[in-house]
Amino acid sequence: MTQRLPLIIFALVMALIPLVPGIPPFWIVLLDNIGLAALVAMGLVLLTGVGGLTSFGQAAFCGFGAYTTAVLTTAYGVSPWLTLPLSLLVSGIAAVLLGIVTVRLSGHYLPLGTIAWGIALFYLFSKLEFLGRNDGISGIPPLAIGSFKMLSPGAIYYAIWIAVLISAVLTLNLLDSRTGRAIRALRRGHIAAEAFGVQTPRAKLLVFIYAAVLAGLSGWLYAHFQRAANPTPFGPQAGIEYLFIAVVGGAGYVWGAVLGAGIVVILKEVLQSYLPYIFGGQSQLETIVFGILLVMLLQLAPSGVWPWLMARLPLKAARKTPDTSLTLPARERAPTTSAVLLQLDKARKQFGGVTAVNDVSFDVKAREIVALIGPNGAGKSTTFNLITGVLTATSGAISVLGRKVENAPPQEVVKLGVARTFQHVKLVPDMTVLENVAIGAHLRGASGAVASMFRLDRADEARLLAEAARQIERVGLTDQIDQLAGSLSLGQQRIVEIARALCVDPMLLLLDEPAAGLRHMEKQRLAALLRQLRDGGMSVLLVEHDMGFVMDLADRIVVLDFGTKIAEGTPEAIKKNPEVIKAYLGAAA
Amino acid sequence: MNTTIMLFLLQDGITNGAIYALLGLALVLVFAVTRVILIPQGEFVTYGALSYAMLATGQVPGTAKLAVAMGLVAFGLDLFFARKSLHARLVARAVAVDIVFPLAVCLLTYALAGPKTPIAVNIALALLIVAAIGLFLYRIAFQPIAHTSVLVLLIASVGCHLALQGLGLVFFGAEGLRGPALSNVALAAGSLRFTGQSLAVYGLTVAFIIALWLFFGYSLTGKALRATAVNRLGARLVGIRTTLSGQIAFLLASLIGAISGILIVPITTLYYDTGFLIGLKGFIAAIIGGLVSYPLTAVAAILVGVVEAFSSFYASNFKEVIVFTLILPVLVLRSLAAPAVEEEKD
Repeated sequence: MTQRLPLIIFALVMALIPLVPGIPPFWIVLLDNIGLAALVAMGLVLLTGVGGLTSFGQAAFCGFGAYTTAVLTTAYGVSPWLTLPLSLLVSGIAAVLLGIVTVRLSGHYLPLGTIAWGIALFYLFSKLEFLGRNDGISGIPPLAIGSFKMLSPGAIYYAIWIAVLISAVLTLNLLDSRTGRAIRALRRGHIAAEAFGVQTPRAKLLVFIYAAVLAGLSGWLYAHFQRAANPTPFGPQAGIEYLFIAVVGGAGYVWGAVLGAGIVVILKEVLQSYLPYIFGGQSQLETIVFGILLVMLLQLAPSGVWPWLMARLPLKAARKTPDTSLTLPARERAPTTSAVLLQLDKARKQFGGVTAVNDVSFDVKAREIVALIGPNGAGKSTTFNLITGVLTATSGAISVLGRKVENAPPQEVVKLGVARTFQHVKLVPDMTVLENVAIGAHLRGASGAVASMFRLDRADEARLLAEAARQIERVGLTDQIDQLAGSLSLGQQRIVEIARALCVDPMLLLLDEPAAGLRHMEKQRLAALLRQLRDGGMSVLLVEHDMGFVMDLADRIVVLDFGTKIAEGTPEAIKKNPEVIKAYLGAAA
Repeated sequence: MNTTIMLFLLQDGITNGAIYALLGLALVLVFAVTRVILIPQGEFVTYGALSYAMLATGQVPGTAKLAVAMGLVAFGLDLFFARKSLHARLVARAVAVDIVFPLAVCLLTYALAGPKTPIAVNIALALLIVAAIGLFLYRIAFQPIAHTSVLVLLIASVGCHLALQGLGLVFFGAEGLRGPALSNVALAAGSLRFTGQSLAVYGLTVAFIIALWLFFGYSLTGKALRATAVNRLGARLVGIRTTLSGQIAFLLASLIGAISGILIVPITTLYYDTGFLIGLKGFIAAIIGGLVSYPLTAVAAILVGVVEAFSSFYASNFKEVIVFTLILPVLVLRSLAAPAVEEEKD
């Protein structure tokens, strides 16, 4: 409940503001504008701050929302309440069409692409006959409940801020869920999320649509607040300003959007009304000062004002203690036909002229720890990437439980029960250990975005978190469960990755240098854990450079050198193998 | 369709396209070296063009004073960031670059400005002023946050655009200006007329593409800039001064922007806020070129210019819609062709 208290206080304060006697009506107009901007910025927080997709085009989605209701209410006399779902739908459909094109773009193409279609849509709005061209559409009816018409800024104030609060709660709920974790993992790259079954293109499209619908809602409210719609507020400048708001407030924080909207709207107003008094009637001075202030603000607080503020308030995040008694049903297991879990048959990977993996064949049987060793650049990690579907083999066959997987995407491979860790740790540093590990259980939950927004996912969510907590306990990191993953030592982060992989309920665990960065005692504990897992029926394939660790632990060792398998056998045999000694130490002259 | 009209449109498109190509090149250059998506590129265009146009009427543009003011701020920042390791050489460099250089340009402008100043002098003055502004812009706005994410740099870039555009209104007023042509030569080839101006546009664009190609391919500084683009930390470890690389990139970009402005201001009237749209069309070209390839960017820019010319003839209402939608099919193709590359952001 501790998280709800500030929210309730905030809602009460906002509800009481218009009732304060003598409050200038102009302040209410400002608050209306802040609310409208906050809605759009909230979508951007999810899209840009959390999901890592920068969009300059959100103002265009406001336009879709506003023009939909403007046309329907003025030309066809439809009730404003009926146009609300239609406005949201039109924004959403526009987002699907633009999103399919846009979200696949990587890095900087994305923001530039959004600028381009943002401008194209702006010109389209201002040229189309039925949208009233540059003059727009006026005479939009006000929102009304019964005979009460929301004509004054103070009346529509409640509609706007109720929308803001509901959106904020829904957004927070969404972020704190199975889907939310998948979205939060997007910004750090795809590979880790996909290795645990997250359909990243779908997750990206989802946040894109969500942000567009929030913008559409803002546009719908705007149309009934101004009672008119023209292209200017939906142009590129507005789109840029919404992004400002999100960044100034702190892209990545839902309340940052509200705070940023407050800062930017009030700042602009103050600059517009007072600068001319100070400097005389020079026009556009406010843009100059606004631009300069923005650059200065970014230099002082590059991550935004909200996190800066929170770091200075004595507030502590509520500690989540999952109830570990809840159990998650085991992963559905494919019928096993053989004792061989994984088989590589002449797997080959070429990058241009370089053959990273050269016709390598080996297998991993049930209840077996196999080590893949070799000097640096031997092709070990590439082999892992071939098995888990991150890379596609140039030729050869790879099968898991007798099923061909050489062309399967990572999301399909993990469904067969193959879980992995990464040589370069791929955790989300600003998520807690518990949340990171819970990503591993992604495929074992079923709740979707809508369910989590309305908190219908709680039973499912509790089971997922319980499973994550159990795996964290199993690897011995219970004390760190609430810490941010980025704050742990590199060795501990590797252990977190193992816990995340265990959440898959795998039958084959692929570990890429799990002991690197661990201290002696920690290595012994890791070895004990892996033996225990094997005895429990799991198989492990690991890449490792610590020979003492490998020789003690592995049942069988496969040695690669320059992409080619040079030896395979028990640790004792490998220790004496002349080829292996030559590869590691060089031949005697 | 009439062949003459078609040829005219084609010529018009290529002239515009050449300008977009110049801007696209500058954008690619700045992005590659500093990761800044240079929205204020459009302001470099208007500052160059309008400073030149004002000089041509014998007035001193306010941009000269802006350069001095920005130099003072940059000087303050230089001293502040080096306060723990101040030594004479560093201070001397800061004084020379941040104070003496813009002050000299400003004084020179006051001394030389007049109704009878030759065109070449005016061009040189306008270029010097804008180059100083570009250099200090990087020093003041971007160098302190050079390590942050592309998004933060982008927002800072937008902030600079707003401030510079607002200042543009103060310096040049709301009225549009035109400048005198660089040369009044005209050639006729069949029904087409080539003015000296458009020939200068073609010539300079080609010259710049070749110069940039030579600079980045063969000079040590150019290679250092490329190294900075690929890996900042690595570049620093081998002794490349990454801040200097950023300053050089901005210097080049502002010069290119100003030259484009001076090339077009005799052809069309420019307003203080025209630069934004022109710059964005350069963007379209740069995006089509993938923000990495100079020749591809140039070809794309010509395409943008030609499409613009034809759509303004056939569907002038939807000219901007068509030009900016041009990017969508390209983005689709790119997204289909691009391999899934893992990005480690932040």
